[in-house]
Amino acid sequence: MIDSAVVDLSRIQFAATALYHFIFVPLTLGLSWLLVAMESVYVLTGKEIYRDMTRFWGKLFGINFALGVTTGITMEFQFGTNWAYYSHYVGDIFGAPLAIEGLMAFFLESTMVGLFFFGWQRLSKPGHLLVTTLMALGANLSAALILIANGWMQDPVGSAFNPITMRMELTDFWALVFSHAAQAKFVHTVSAGYVTGSLFVLGISSWYLLKGSNIEFARRSFRIAAAFGLAGALSVIVLGDESGYAVSESQKSKLATIEAMWETEPAPAGFNIIASINEEEQKNNWAIKIPYALGLIATRSTTETLPGIREIRAENEVRIKSGIEAVIALEAVRKEPQNAELMARFRSLEKDLGYGLLLKAYTEDVRQATPEMIRKAAHASVPPVTTLFWSFRLMVGLGLAMLALFALAFWSSARNNFQQKPWLLKWALFFIPAPWIACEAGWWVAEFGRQPWTVFGILPTHLSTSSLSVADLYGSLFGFVGFYTLLLVVEMYLMFKYARLGPAVLQPNKH
Amino acid sequence: MFDYETLKLIWWLLVGVLLIGFAIMDGHDMGVGTLLPILGKDDTDRRVMINSVAPHWDGNQVWFITGGGAIFAAWPFVYATAFSGMYWALLLVLFALFFRPVGFEYRSKLPNPAWRAAWDWGLFAGSAVPALVFGVAFGNLFLGVPFSLDDTMRSFYSGSFWALLNPFALLCGVVSLSLLGLQGATFLAHRTEGTLQLRAKLAVSVLAIVLLLAFSGAGVVVWRIDGYVIQSIPDVGGVINPLMKEVVRQPGAWFGNFQKLPILWSIPAISYVGALLALLAVRAGKTLIAFVGSSLACLSVILTAGVALFPFILPSSAMPKASLTAWDATSSYVTLNVMLWVALIFTPIVLAYTSWAYHVMSGKVTREFIAANDKQLY
Repeated sequence: MIDSAVVDLSRIQFAATALYHFIFVPLTLGLSWLLVAMESVYVLTGKEIYRDMTRFWGKLFGINFALGVTTGITMEFQFGTNWAYYSHYVGDIFGAPLAIEGLMAFFLESTMVGLFFFGWQRLSKPGHLLVTTLMALGANLSAALILIANGWMQDPVGSAFNPITMRMELTDFWALVFSHAAQAKFVHTVSAGYVTGSLFVLGISSWYLLKGSNIEFARRSFRIAAAFGLAGALSVIVLGDESGYAVSESQKSKLATIEAMWETEPAPAGFNIIASINEEEQKNNWAIKIPYALGLIATRSTTETLPGIREIRAENEVRIKSGIEAVIALEAVRKEPQNAELMARFRSLEKDLGYGLLLKAYTEDVRQATPEMIRKAAHASVPPVTTLFWSFRLMVGLGLAMLALFALAFWSSARNNFQQKPWLLKWALFFIPAPWIACEAGWWVAEFGRQPWTVFGILPTHLSTSSLSVADLYGSLFGFVGFYTLLLVVEMYLMFKYARLGPAVLQPNKH
Repeated sequence: MFDYETLKLIWWLLVGVLLIGFAIMDGHDMGVGTLLPILGKDDTDRRVMINSVAPHWDGNQVWFITGGGAIFAAWPFVYATAFSGMYWALLLVLFALFFRPVGFEYRSKLPNPAWRAAWDWGLFAGSAVPALVFGVAFGNLFLGVPFSLDDTMRSFYSGSFWALLNPFALLCGVVSLSLLGLQGATFLAHRTEGTLQLRAKLAVSVLAIVLLLAFSGAGVVVWRIDGYVIQSIPDVGGVINPLMKEVVRQPGAWFGNFQKLPILWSIPAISYVGALLALLAVRAGKTLIAFVGSSLACLSVILTAGVALFPFILPSSAMPKASLTAWDATSSYVTLNVMLWVALIFTPIVLAYTSWAYHVMSGKVTREFIAANDKQLY
């Protein structure tokens, strides 16, 4: 059996490296379009201040981008190094969008980044704008393909199990690409990036305005960021809601968990704003509720019921029992792949194969599973509630606060009085970390909420790891975290230094 | 359009194309990084070297990333087994590569000499370590890698990191390091001038000779070691897994493909032609031809190794029948087919805008240019 310490350490390492990577990604996604907007104004009006804005924010973009690439290299290879069985089991499907990402998106983004920085003197004005646009397009396409891959882990469509190769295989490429889960996730995630980029520019511009330096530069940057940020914040919330709808179709356990909904309620279910969660007794000690809200959001109907955690666990217990038969049928058909009768039996049980595999956390041979093991596996088939419940509320709360900030910033920039509102400028400045916190909380909900699966309903997390030792994992975990932390410190130092220097870093005493 | 067997063969070629693309493109900026402390005598020299590849290294690195992705998509068995088995070797490469994006971007952001020197060593490590490890990894493929597969296709690795560093594999490491070094040196000879260019030209001569000696030496060793041969395998055009074949080890078997099809000898021959062309052209002042010669050497050295191993990709010394081959380590028909279309559409587009980027940034990088654009350059 796989050492549970190996599984835990592999998960911690993946979470750490992925969350580190996502410190840098959202800023790239959003800031790249802001650069396009600023440079477009420059090309249309010929006003040099917009070129300097593009170059200055571009410098900060570059400082961030370098670490995005550094931490991204790990992500491309870590499935192989640390999740070898996952890579074998679903690589036929999951590998495709990753490879396409490289060929279609990351090549474009990376090639254009070079020309963005070094092509100012060699390209015409529209030529350079084209480069900046392609860079932003590449970054966003990149996100689309990665989220198609992740969307499949959340809702594994377009694929089937092959007993001979002992893995999931692609049956319908377009179902994978246009999966509802993937599309909703994509727009939700890139919009979060747009909010991040906008708040970064809004916050730093506000700081210049509060200090009274680089006024013209900061005013223009503030306006562009306010408009783009408002659009992003609206989109992130609408598509977050769409993601919630997609989740309710594919992962009822995630939805029940983030809502701490223990019992199946009569439709439409209420929404818990806050609650005191009691995991032990599978109930909330108390909760403040909005009646009907959850049912309406998650099912778009007033009659459809949403199952509570207790009901989901009971249903999963039945599927685990049927899954034992599926595992046994698979072993039989693998010995005689040509036997049509055995194959037919396996196909009839295939949908519960993953549930049978959940038992492998407790016993090597699922035939030996005791009722106690089955009960434990069913209990663990829904993740722990507390952190999911609160990280979801953290994300949504910050999202709404950012929407309010951008709405006020946009309103004030339309009325041209934001310089007279130091409270607004301070709010923008001190809120710079907010989108990052919301993004990381969002990934926590998406990934921890899918547990105990790496691919929902198909492959349990504890079977997905590589055959490594605990010592290997301690070594690499400390290596990654130590190295990344060191680089993050360097990055923050440069980011603060260049933000302080301001546009003067391009040519002293200009704006 | 193609049957499964043909698709498997095409994907063996396409992964080869990606590795060759990596060696030619990322190879030359890794070569520049490797030569940074050797040829760059002062800060300005080193900035000339860094800025000769500054607009391109990022795009070039995507050959490596896409290579990883393509192996994942086309050969998931290989992706899973090789990278988890040779865990510390791959992590060493990744950790070294971490220095590159930050090294390029941050190095000249501060004038402090200690800061810059630290990043220069980072860029050196980020270039030389991967260049060396890739050869070491290839060398170990010829020796066989100690892994086994269980009935559920889970792989187990029974070797250690240190066992990878055997003399033959290190010799292969010298091949890859000198190969990518030669790429960097010919590129620098083409894109720089003055004394730096003279030093680059000297490096071309030295590295071309080292490459040919190491390549020949590795060839002699491969002749003497046991290769792997498939004794029986079900229909290679069908759906099969790696445990369905029988494999034996035989001395000299890695030369089997060349003996069966003597025309293949022309591939290693091109390595000699390419390296000598680089050496002679650089002396005649034809620096672009020297770069082409060096690129030819990249192509043929990788192809030589691939053809010798074919159809093996990852031979297993611990459980020979579990060896991964181009016939039984691949993705399904549907995935290979979809990915072929993606590759056919996007590879030409990538090559087109990459060429355009080099065209836009063409010309020599000079010390004067660095001095005049201090704040804008790396």
